[in-house]
Amino acid sequence: MPVIPLTAQVQWSIPDIPWGAISPELVLFGTGILVLLLETAGPHRLRASALAFLAAAGGAAAGYGLTGEVTWPALLALAGLAQLALTATWRERPRVLSALLSALGIVATLGVVAWQWQTLAGGELLATQSGLADMVAVDGVALFTRVTVLLAALVSIPLGWSYLETRRIHRAEYYPLLLFAAVGMNLLASSQDLLMVFISLEVLSLALYILTGFAKRDLTSQEGALKYFLLGAFSSAILLYGIALSYGIAGTTNIPAVGAAVAAADTPAALAVIAMALLIVGFAFKTALVPFHMWTPDVYQGAPTPVTGFMAAATKAAAFAAFLRIFVGAMGASQWSWIPALWTLAAITMLVGAVLAVVQDDLKRMLGYSAVAHAGYAAIGLIAATREGVSGTLFYLLVYAVMSVGAFGVLSMLERRQRRAVSISDLAGFGKRFPVPAGMLSLFLLSLAGIPGTAGFMGKLAVFRAGVFAGQWVLVVIAVLSSMIAAFFYIRVIRAMFMDDEPDDLETFELEPTPGLSAGLAASAAIIVVLGVWPTVVIDLAEQAAAFAG
Amino acid sequence: MAAVYPLIFAALLFSVGVYGLLSRRHAVLVLMSIELMLAAVTVNLVTFWAIAGDALLTGQVFALFVMAIGAAEIGVGLAIIMLIYRNRASVNIDDADLMKY
Repeated sequence: MPVIPLTAQVQWSIPDIPWGAISPELVLFGTGILVLLLETAGPHRLRASALAFLAAAGGAAAGYGLTGEVTWPALLALAGLAQLALTATWRERPRVLSALLSALGIVATLGVVAWQWQTLAGGELLATQSGLADMVAVDGVALFTRVTVLLAALVSIPLGWSYLETRRIHRAEYYPLLLFAAVGMNLLASSQDLLMVFISLEVLSLALYILTGFAKRDLTSQEGALKYFLLGAFSSAILLYGIALSYGIAGTTNIPAVGAAVAAADTPAALAVIAMALLIVGFAFKTALVPFHMWTPDVYQGAPTPVTGFMAAATKAAAFAAFLRIFVGAMGASQWSWIPALWTLAAITMLVGAVLAVVQDDLKRMLGYSAVAHAGYAAIGLIAATREGVSGTLFYLLVYAVMSVGAFGVLSMLERRQRRAVSISDLAGFGKRFPVPAGMLSLFLLSLAGIPGTAGFMGKLAVFRAGVFAGQWVLVVIAVLSSMIAAFFYIRVIRAMFMDDEPDDLETFELEPTPGLSAGLAASAAIIVVLGVWPTVVIDLAEQAAAFAG
Repeated sequence: MAAVYPLIFAALLFSVGVYGLLSRRHAVLVLMSIELMLAAVTVNLVTFWAIAGDALLTGQVFALFVMAIGAAEIGVGLAIIMLIYRNRASVNIDDADLMKY
């Protein structure tokens, strides 16, 4: 670490920062910056790159002159030199390089998470700890969610590549934005302080607002971005008001301390209930629980399809991790106050999501409403508020991430074939002409419906079981009912693909899966089948992971 | 207790923000309403810090973060509104109704 000279009067020490606690975020963020730098390389940018390099080199020299040490601007200058060399040699903007580098960064981050798993948790997820002055927790919930988020981001890279190419909106900002959103999600999953919750939530939201409006000439994409932004900012403000009141109750923003203060006998009950209600509303917006789901179908429909898949999968996982940490982890002692509220939200979410999905004709919008229903299923583990509940929700979110990225991935292929949005009637006869992609879509849809033999069934089993053990059997009955309604519209799509005849007037283009896209979809499908038949290892991991740092 | 007044002021400010957000049709005014809500949070944080006398200055630091991130949010929001305006020559949020139900 560079030594920063400080004036003598101020008693101020640089805290000893355990960088290991946030190493996955650092790797991801660094990769994002590198990819962003790479984007500035190009045939017409020689002068700008040369100036940037000179500035960085000047900074490095000044740093050396002042401290006598090689400081971080030197790294920047080195990067600038590499970028200058790229600019001088590449005739085109190095998109392939951006995509490959991002994928590599995510794989490296997965490696770092594995390292954290081994060293920080001592090889056991049961052992938990917090680092960075209790700002960040390195515990099972954080590590498991990180893996979920990173897997979704990894698959979104090849999916995005081919989709953006076809729509001619392939600007390289896609990759850094995806990585920055993943940084926010990773950090949200491990936030041990309400300040970190707010910051990471904003980091991921800001990146996602831009990604939603990525197809900037497309009116639906713009509209989705506007709605997402306005409602997202609104919900952030509500959450923030709840955080401010929690700070007022506890005098600190540390999550376990806030939980203890809320449960304390001398806390004014009205203030505690209002704070909790505002926190619940804020998180319900982010996880799309009815009646705070209004933005979900519009945003999911408007956003570029690979972004939708990533958003549905990873945002939900990260937001639920923070939800679990705050409510089950810290506010467990005041269950009586928040369980009924969340129970009601989850019950109407499952029913409304499934019923509204039935009447949709646009496939993407249908999957958007189904995402709402799935948020309700995941919330059952939260409401159970037990160890099984936490592990059930974690496992369910992993499974949901894989199937949702897969389903939206096949959908993006279909959209490329038609060059427009896909309605269910467009799918008639698709299965007869293209059995492999249609088969994959069927697999993902059956898994979303929760048919035995797929991962979706095992995920639902895990949360429903936790719900029944916690005595929430009425909620589980509602969930089963909702799953039955949901099965109807998933199977309707499959029937259209395999039973109906192809319409004569459907204008189509070539269906040409790129190798990356095929690999991503095949991997997702394989995970769905393997977890559906033999889920023991991952369920065991989720059970070990269901622990919060104290 | 004197600290009640800033808290009531913050609650009122927040309510004005919520009302503006729900009633205004101009996207920039909606954005300003969101800013009012964030300002209310800032007032709250500083007041609670003053009550608690928290040596770590959490409330004040948090208030600074709220301002900085609020500014970033406005940057992105205005960019999205500009995008809409360029394509539709209107920033009335009632006009953004391509997707419904």
